[in-house]
Amino acid sequence: MQRYILIRLVQAVVTLLVLSIAVFLSSHLTGDPGLYLLGPDDGLAEYEEMRKNLGLDKPLAVQYLKFLSEVVRGDFGRSHTMNRTAGELLLQAAPATFQLAIAAFILAVIVGVPLGILSAVKRDTIWDTMGKFFAILGIATPSFWIAIMLVLLFGPILGWLPTYGRGGISHFILPAFVLSWASMAGIVRLARSSMLEVLDSEYIKFARIKGLRERVVVYKHALKNAIIPVLTFGGLTLAGLLNGSVVVEVVFAWPGIGRLLLQGINQRDFPVVQATVLAAGAFYIITALLVDILYAYVNPRIRYD
Amino acid sequence: MVSLNVTKGRIEQIRNIPRKAIQAKLPWIPLSIMFVLLVCACFAPLLAPHDPQKISILEAKLAPGENWTYPLGTDVLGQDMLSRLIYGARTSVFISLVALGTGAVVGTTLGLVAGFRAGWLDVIIMRASDAALGFPTILVAMIIVTILGAGMENIILAVAVTVWARFARMIRGDVLGIRELDFVISAQIAGVSTAMIIWRHIFPNTINTVMVITSLTIGQVILLEASLSFLGLGLPIGAPAWGIMVAEGRAVVLDIWWLALFPGLAITIVVLAFNFFGDWLRDTLDPKLQRI
Repeated sequence: MQRYILIRLVQAVVTLLVLSIAVFLSSHLTGDPGLYLLGPDDGLAEYEEMRKNLGLDKPLAVQYLKFLSEVVRGDFGRSHTMNRTAGELLLQAAPATFQLAIAAFILAVIVGVPLGILSAVKRDTIWDTMGKFFAILGIATPSFWIAIMLVLLFGPILGWLPTYGRGGISHFILPAFVLSWASMAGIVRLARSSMLEVLDSEYIKFARIKGLRERVVVYKHALKNAIIPVLTFGGLTLAGLLNGSVVVEVVFAWPGIGRLLLQGINQRDFPVVQATVLAAGAFYIITALLVDILYAYVNPRIRYD
Repeated sequence: MVSLNVTKGRIEQIRNIPRKAIQAKLPWIPLSIMFVLLVCACFAPLLAPHDPQKISILEAKLAPGENWTYPLGTDVLGQDMLSRLIYGARTSVFISLVALGTGAVVGTTLGLVAGFRAGWLDVIIMRASDAALGFPTILVAMIIVTILGAGMENIILAVAVTVWARFARMIRGDVLGIRELDFVISAQIAGVSTAMIIWRHIFPNTINTVMVITSLTIGQVILLEASLSFLGLGLPIGAPAWGIMVAEGRAVVLDIWWLALFPGLAITIVVLAFNFFGDWLRDTLDPKLQRI
């Protein structure tokens, strides 16, 4: 177990380092940063001085180490377009994204798991049809489109919910639902197939032969084993929610990391892009690591290689 | 002789694909949707009733059904929705197929090499595929677009980078089994070159897997392409692509709802069709792949 955790830990650190190298190089591949910071009257002498000030005259490896030590201290540089440091902007945006991701995660689990289980237990009934329909539609419908259609329906047409910005609980409903949309479908699908598999196993047949009541068989014996893969997937979903948050935050004008990233890209604001990409990547890698470790605890059958 | 029989059996299997496909009930609805999509993509200029870029302010904001010259209505600039949808099919199909094709070729080649050669090459390729699979696709695509700038070829690259690893992983798994079979070992003993063994003896046996993964992935590729276009990271605004059309419709959704509705509906229907077809193909060709 300890060995497994150690290996996964080393892997996570290596992935993080690779990500940081990619992010570091991205600012160099797009052109000489010394060039676009110069004024119109500056000549070669100023250019050389600027390069020296920024440390661009040093070898790449040295520059990378400097970059890394700054990043570890949370120093991503100043934003080119907003009069703040990228670190400040990131810290300001992070809570909005986390709150939204957690709301979406809870929604996906409390709707997805029961629907999937119900779909399996009441096979070939209206519940099953509903579960399957939802599972299929969820992975085929673009979330940005669902978002816009829901904004239209619940905003102007029905007038029930606020459709943009961050505020009270009601502001969470639409963005959280849209963000959970695809993962909810995945959870339904997985909960259903996992439950069907367990219901078909020998020990469930035995429990039935023993004369246990159906309710006890399903909810006491089957559910426990069926839920394990769903939990793992659920954990990864939480990490993957960042993937969808870019689109959702843009549509709902949600002031989070995803929107900040897109702003940074559109304005070629490198410190902001680097900060957001590194933060999002680190979050993803760390969540995936925690899920793997948790999974190893929950499921002792996991291989340690 | 045994090895020859095995090879023969494999060839029989591959020859039997069309017959098997007909015996299993064909998914007619998804197939017809895919056919319509392909026809739209190939013959867009012939099918579209109007020029998708033609601006006619006098006929702007026509609702669907209001004027039968424009059955699905017009946008803010008076451009015909139906024609733009048809041209949009062309953009989507082109970008998705080229990106998926690139990813499939690169991934399959790497998978074949990794599975057959093993050793450090295998380790490197598999670690790289871990990294590619273990990272949010939109984030990867956004990094690439940031480095290289927006544009069609960069979207294709971004999508290809996110899909190759699936192929590499599955094909490698297949190859690990196939390379232990007698006909491969006989070929090695006979002194056939490695490249030849991979190409002539191993690759044909992985075609089923390649086809199944391709058909299961294409829906996701279309969605990814649409999302990137929607975020403005792909083709320039105004180009007829479904994702861009939804983005344009978003700003005016209160006023002219059909602008965002139809392209989104088109994406959903097409992705549904490909997903159903992929599921069917997997069940028919390779039931053991049901875990993906």
